[in-house]
Amino acid sequence: MELLRFTSAGSVDDGKSTLIGRLLYDTKSIFEDQYDQIKEASERKGETTVNLALLTDGLRAEREQGITIDVAYRYFATPKRKFIIADTPGHIQYTRNMVTGASTANLALILVDARHGIIEQTKRHAFIASLLGIPHIAICVNKMDLVEYKEEVFDKIKSDFENFSSKFDKLDIRYIPISALHGDNVVNKSEKMDWYQGSTLLYLLENIHIASDQNRIDCRFPVQYVLRPQSDEYHDFRGYAGRVAGGTFRPGDEVTVLPSGFTTKIKSIESMDGNLAEAFAPMSVTMTIEDDIDISRGDMIVRADNQPQMSQDVDLMVCWMNEQPLNPNGKYTIQHTSRETRCMVKEVKYKVDVNTLHRDLEDRTIGLNDIGRIKIRTMSRLFYDPYKRNRNTGSILIIDELTNETVGAGMIIE
Amino acid sequence: MVDYQLNHLQELESESIFVLREVAARFERPSLMFSGGKDSIVMLHLARKAFHPCKVPFPLLHVDTGHNFPETIAFRDQLVEKIGAKLVVAKVQDSIDQGKSKEETGVNASRNGLQTVTLLDALEDLKTDAAMGGARRDEEKARAKERFFSHRDEFGQWDPKNQRPELWNLFNSKKAMGEHFRIFPISNWTEMDIWQYILAEKIDIPNLYFSHKRRCVNRDGILLAESPYLNMKENEEVKEYQVRFRTIGDMTCTGASLSDADSLEKIIEEVAATRQTERGGRSDDKRSEAAMEDRKTQGYF
Repeated sequence: MELLRFTSAGSVDDGKSTLIGRLLYDTKSIFEDQYDQIKEASERKGETTVNLALLTDGLRAEREQGITIDVAYRYFATPKRKFIIADTPGHIQYTRNMVTGASTANLALILVDARHGIIEQTKRHAFIASLLGIPHIAICVNKMDLVEYKEEVFDKIKSDFENFSSKFDKLDIRYIPISALHGDNVVNKSEKMDWYQGSTLLYLLENIHIASDQNRIDCRFPVQYVLRPQSDEYHDFRGYAGRVAGGTFRPGDEVTVLPSGFTTKIKSIESMDGNLAEAFAPMSVTMTIEDDIDISRGDMIVRADNQPQMSQDVDLMVCWMNEQPLNPNGKYTIQHTSRETRCMVKEVKYKVDVNTLHRDLEDRTIGLNDIGRIKIRTMSRLFYDPYKRNRNTGSILIIDELTNETVGAGMIIE
Repeated sequence: MVDYQLNHLQELESESIFVLREVAARFERPSLMFSGGKDSIVMLHLARKAFHPCKVPFPLLHVDTGHNFPETIAFRDQLVEKIGAKLVVAKVQDSIDQGKSKEETGVNASRNGLQTVTLLDALEDLKTDAAMGGARRDEEKARAKERFFSHRDEFGQWDPKNQRPELWNLFNSKKAMGEHFRIFPISNWTEMDIWQYILAEKIDIPNLYFSHKRRCVNRDGILLAESPYLNMKENEEVKEYQVRFRTIGDMTCTGASLSDADSLEKIIEEVAATRQTERGGRSDDKRSEAAMEDRKTQGYF
């Protein structure tokens, strides 16, 4: 059974909660006591139907205000796959949450109301999905029941979106006409849309190919922790623990250790259950090497003939996550793979209008929920790949040095 | 061609091991909360895998309410001895004796809420800067909003509306003096994942989880085990039932469920078919709709 992580973004009235509720309900993932609890809570609020949003809105403030404040994680499984849903509110002021949910997702579920077609919000979701490198997008044209299940309506929305999304590179986009309310094409195939030959949403989620979502080419192993047991049994053992960030490592491979640049060979790939023949992303393993080289946390083991870029000057697309705007001359702590260092903002190149995708060269203030392109200089060299090539080695966390808060999420461009 | 794709348990395992190693690398004095329940047993197993062939590089901390099942305590001591870990036991009774907590009264009296005081004191004594817990997001709706690295202020409190965003696998562990972190390495596991993993890895668990005969009281639909700590109502009757426990907490608030499942395979079958949540038998969660959120805000796990 494989694990698929997907994110769903949408506003209150486009039927997102109903859709997720439908998926959970039809796959028997809602428990009776949970259902009773939200049923009772809905009745208490004077609502006539059971409000499935109450399932995900877990905090008191969210229930009181009837809004989703934070990313909620939901889990369900079918015999084929286990699913983790990062359910995020879709309104513009929650871009930060959408970005958070998107950062680990294999697939983005974007809902379009069949009556309204592609609206600004749809474009924003698609842009964020593309920016965060989500490999697959499922456009669910919802409320087909309200447009008499007409093929023309679906086709129009599909071609509108195709026109718009041609700006994005290599996205795998699927289109599904559904009615979340009646269950058409969600778990079961609709009887009212014979013209649609594609799969249902659940079938897509269960079968979409995700093995290639990880980078299988560029071997990257950021060293996380050094294991030195110094026991009698493992007297000279020195293991480098970490999670493979790209490519496939095998014993005997010639590798280079960065930043020192020393070249050696992998001796073994260890685990508590015995040695492994190979390790690939996202496996957590322990490596030993042939030579006695000084290696510590923050170093990166890579294939000798395929090395990452190395520089102190990097360009980022940044999503800002704090009320305090980006200081255009500021210094911040950054985290990149297993390294922590500092950076100085050198330049704000432009801000992106997330609704029109236009570059704003006039107003370059990067405030909460803004997305922009910046240039930074780091205190020590980073070993990285462009985010588009590898999410693990191309992502950066920006932290405020005074408040310790996570203020920005960066994706390396070059 | 080899299909380079992990199965869901391997991927969850890898994620949790990554988190555990981050904790060891970034904090000075982490500790691992160990209750003797299945989730903390799995977390400890993952910690052993994360640091093999080294020993687990942090102590286990057990907040002992004094109302535990004796089977849990026996299991805990055996396991600790087997793996050579360091165990610290913080006793709720000590906090009561020192006048820091007050025993609840009435028939539904429980020491569950009292654990918070003892826990925060123990974390302070150990100078813990990162306390790892086996809480899972699927357990309870307030927990669905938790981070892997969850920041706590100097009072040990959780501010759910003001959490740090958590992206990719980059965790922010920055804090001011006196603050600490709660870390949840198995956030993304579900009850089913835990059971499948216990079966796949052949992990030992207390026999309370398997079907056995036990004398219980049926109180408002929840079967509570007969024990010296349970205050009885008038007219309440103790009867023998064939039961097992889905979660293990205090004897006073953990409900048993009727079950014939006496093997891991049968438990998995039962979990797959069940229509009640795991914590449905926990009377501590039934006190109000936001019972868990309120306890967590104050410093509970």
